[in-house]
Parts: sequence; C-alpha cells; structure tokens
Amino acid sequence: MSIRNIGIVYRKELREALRDRRTVIASIVIPLILFPLLSVGFGTLVAGIVNKTEEASPKVMVVGGEDSPGILAALKATPKVEIVPATPNWKNLIMEKEIPVAVEIAPGFDKSLEAQKKLEVTIYNYSGELKSEIAAGKIDKALKNYRDAVVKNRVIAQKLPAEVLDPFDVTQKNIAPPEKSGAALFFGGFIAYIVVFLCFNGGMHPAIDLTAGEKERGTMETILSSPISRAHLVIGKFLLVLTTALATAALSVISMGISFAIVNALHAKTIQAGNGGMEMHIGVGAALSVFIMAIPLAVLFSSVLLTIASFAKTYKEAQTYIVPFMFFVIIPAIAAMLPGVDLNAKLALVPILNVSLLCKELVIGTYHWNLIAIIFVSTCAYAAVALFLAVKMFQRESVLFRS
Amino acid sequence: MIEARGLSKRFQDKKRGEIRAVDNVSFVAKPGQIYGLLGANGAGKTTTLRMLATILEPTDGTAVVYGHDVVEQPEKVRASVGFLSTATALYPRLTSQELVEYFGRLNGLDEPTLKKRVDYIFDRLDMNEFRDRRCDKLSTGMKQKTSIARTLVHDPPVMIFDEPTLGLDIMTARSIVAFIRECRDRGKTVIFSTHIMTEVEKLCDVIGIIQSGKLLTEGSLAELREKHGEQDLEEIFVKIVAPLYVESEVK
Repeated sequence: MSIRNIGIVYRKELREALRDRRTVIASIVIPLILFPLLSVGFGTLVAGIVNKTEEASPKVMVVGGEDSPGILAALKATPKVEIVPATPNWKNLIMEKEIPVAVEIAPGFDKSLEAQKKLEVTIYNYSGELKSEIAAGKIDKALKNYRDAVVKNRVIAQKLPAEVLDPFDVTQKNIAPPEKSGAALFFGGFIAYIVVFLCFNGGMHPAIDLTAGEKERGTMETILSSPISRAHLVIGKFLLVLTTALATAALSVISMGISFAIVNALHAKTIQAGNGGMEMHIGVGAALSVFIMAIPLAVLFSSVLLTIASFAKTYKEAQTYIVPFMFFVIIPAIAAMLPGVDLNAKLALVPILNVSLLCKELVIGTYHWNLIAIIFVSTCAYAAVALFLAVKMFQRESVLFRS
Repeated sequence: MIEARGLSKRFQDKKRGEIRAVDNVSFVAKPGQIYGLLGANGAGKTTTLRMLATILEPTDGTAVVYGHDVVEQPEKVRASVGFLSTATALYPRLTSQELVEYFGRLNGLDEPTLKKRVDYIFDRLDMNEFRDRRCDKLSTGMKQKTSIARTLVHDPPVMIFDEPTLGLDIMTARSIVAFIRECRDRGKTVIFSTHIMTEVEKLCDVIGIIQSGKLLTEGSLAELREKHGEQDLEEIFVKIVAPLYVESEVK
C-alpha cells in the first residue's frame, strides 16, 4: 500500500473537484442554501401566508336562513368573517375560488330548533384550498359554539346542572421531556433523512465524474498507462468521493444548526408563551454524533457509487444506473421518519435504515451504546465489502474497456 | 528493448463468441530503433500495444519490456514506458503544468527532480506560454505537446505510440513524427502503430504487418521490398494482408 501514490491521486482529484462547478454546487452550495431556504425562508413564508389568511375577513355566503334570525345572528357574530346573502351562482363562486365557503341553512331552522327536531347545517368548501379551509374552520367553530349554547340552555331549562353534559374530563399529560417527544421525534427523523440523502447526493457526481466521466473523456487510458496500481488509483478516487459526501453531510448539519437557531430566535415569543411552538435545535454533541455515524455510511455510499459508476461507459449511463438506486437510499431514510419505527437489534443490521434511526435518536439525545456499536460495526463491514467490490471492478478489463 | 513472446489476447463477445484480437504475436524492438506495427483498422495493433503498456493483460504469452515482464511486473513496465495515443486524453480541469507534474509524481519523481524536469521539457517543447492554462482551453497542438510532455516527464527508455497522428492536422502530425524520430535518436526503444504508409516509410527501421491479430511478416523496408517483389509499401501491404482480409470478411 503506497500512501504516497494514494495521496497524489487524492490531491489531484480534489483539485479537479474544486474546479468543477457541478461538484461545488452539489457538495457545498446546496447544503449551505437548502436549509436556510427550507427552514427560515420557506417556514417564514408559509407562516406568513397562514397568518395573513387567518387574519383576513373573507366573505361567507349564507344560503337560506331568511326565516331564522337566531342562527343568522350567531353566524354574523363570527369573528373575522363577513356574512353576505348568497347569490344564485354561489357554488360556481366557490369552485372559481371567488368566495371561500357558503353555509346552507334548512328552511324553518329556528322553529325546528325550538321544536327540538334534529337539523343539519351544511358548510360548502373547497377542500385542500387554504383560504377555504380556514374560513370553513371559523364557521364550523362558530356553529358548534352556537349548538353548545343551545344545548346548555335546554339543560338549564330542564333544571339540570350544567355538569350533566360534561360528567368527566379526559386529559393527556406528556411526561417525556419535551426535547425527546412529540414533534422533536419527527424533527430528529427529518434531520437523519436530510443527512442520509445529501451524503449520497454529495458523492454522486464525483463518483460518476471520476469513473464513467474519465472513460468518456478518454483520460482513463492515460491514467492506466501510468505506474500507479489500480488499487491505489481507486482508493485515491474513493477518498475524494468520501470527502465530498462527508463535506456535504457536515455542511448540512452545520447549516441546519444555524438555520434552526435563526428560526428559534425569530419565534422566541411563541415558544416562551407555550403556544404550541416547538424549539428546534441541534446541540454540538448531537451534531458531532450524527456526523460520526455518517462516516461509515458515507464510506458505504462512496464505494457503492464508485462500483456502479465504474461499470458505465458514459456519464449519462452512470446516472441511469444510479438514479433508481437512490430509491434504496431514500426509502429507508423515509421509513425512519415514520412514527412507531424504533431502533432495535434487528433493525440495527439494516443498512441505511439503521443509521437513519440512530441519527433520529442522537438528535434527541438518546444514546443506546450497544445498538450504536452494532450499527457502527455492521455499517463498517458493509462499507468494507463495497470498497472491496469497487477495487475489484477497477481491476476488470471488461469493465474498464467495456464496449 | 521490447520482446513480445507469443502474445495473445482473446475476448468474449456475446454475439460473436470468442474473438482472437491478438494471436501468438512475437517480435523484438531494439533500442535506437523504431518498430512500426502496420495494420488496417481492427487488425490488433491497439490491443498489442495496450498489452505492452500493461493496460491490458495477455490471455497467453508475455512480453518483456526494458527487462520487466508485463504479466509479472506491470508497474515496473509502466514506469519504463511512455504511452501516447489519440485515446490518451488530458484532464480538462488541470493546467498543462499540473498535468505533467501529476504524471511525474506518479512516476516516482521527487519534487526537486520533477521541477527541473518540467522546466526542461517546457523549455524544450516551447510550452511556457500556456503552462498555466487549463487543458480544456488548449488548442489541439498545445494539447498534443502537453501529451508529449506527459509521456516524457520521467524520461522513459521505451516509447509506445498508438496511432498518434490519427485525426490531427498536418502541422500537429508533423511535430509528432519529429518527436518520434527524436526519441529514436536519443536511443530509446520506440514502437509505433499506424495504418498510414508514408509515416511508416519515413520513420520505421523495422516494419511488422499485422492482420486479424496475426503478425504476418516483418523486416526493414528494404527487406520487405526484396521479399515481396514490390517497391511500393502499399502494394506490399495489400499483397500480404488481402488473403487474410478476404478470409476474415467471409467469416
């Protein structure tokens, strides 16, 4: 093993990679801009749209109800909506998103209510449309409040205590620390998904460029005519792919940490008021743990990418092979985000899923050392096999000179 | 010196079955001589030269290049060889100097020696004007000079040229021919493949004619003329190759 020769290849590949726009974009620019864009930019944008929609007072058309001033008065008292009489084309107006919702009140509603007959009020909305959903929510809440008031009056009229309607309370109390429960669990899974995905994505272009790309450009024969052994050559190339994969993962974690700190600062008041806001943060220890566990995974990805890409004759052909393979990476990473999928000894042996589940736990500060050991050792073993295959592929003439 | 001993290469093709790209080829190329391997497209020239440069491994037979066996000591063989063909492209994102230095380091040169060697070659080939220019920004002629510098950086005793003038303009091709001649004059062992008769006539001390992977004849131009009763090399070539060429067409 000549460290000198491997170092020469690595330095040359690194120099070329840093001059390659595609590598720089995939490995440095994307992780640096993606998270601020997703968390700060996109999050703030969505929150802004939702807030603006909630604060607006959309027109709500009432179909019927002319003979029922009681319910009409209740509707008109709904905060942040403007109740207007329906026009004949009210359904079309909803379909064309001119108005968000309409409420249909059966004829003789108030009288029927007095007679204690079962009635129905229908809210027409445009499902999935934000403005319509929010307006429908406001009307629904107002009507339910009105219904509760009617029921309460009936109970009082019967001289029954109000508690007859509400014999006992059911409450849920979270005893898990907030940073290890609820949305934090999903948040941990999301970080794992992003790290796994970007780690793979960061290594993809260099792996193709250094193998199929070299064949396509005609530099493969040039380098094979030099005295360096093929094993040293492929290890030098592998180290570069690994560097880009890890750089992408590291930059992702750093960028996420900074982005979430900014988001937390922006929403500090909401969090302090306990208004359902969740503090998103990655501690330095958690970030470091995620990064350390990403190393064997990055070795596995880099080796597999090199093995697949070295088989292809052209850049495009390599992409054709690698893009479907990406599903094998994404699916376990997504599975790790699902509620109920928890790390155990069996899952600790499933590549990619094991690291994704572990990262999810590391982010929330849970350390199962025995499982961490299984995952580290098994992923290293898979990575070693993949690297061995990559070296073997590079020694096969049928692969290097495939025509 | 290069000594090919029963060099053979077979490939498996899904449609055509086993292909004998090179079939029991033996010859000797001596220092201070240019050995020209003359053959039509697909005759087996490139495969032979790739085996000599240890880019491909022989299926049978072997070759000894500068005292090293191509099967047993491929890395030592490559360290003794400068290999140039139109298929040996340059790294587009490296400068001309970086590329030559890269191959110098891979050939084991230490930094002071490498610097001296690079300066000498860049002066000698008049490359200083573009030494810091990236290879993807070089003209064809500049690229060819960089390729030559790449093969020369470790001053190898054996030079292998696989159709080095293929697709080049006349001026660039002439500079390559001059370079090959210079290698011979410096006492290097030179082997050179082509299908261009005039290049062979101008350059080669010994000519080997290859077809269907078999070395059909060899000798100096004068010897071939005498042996085959023709003055024109093209006529000699056709006379030798035609029977086998027809045979291979029929197959």
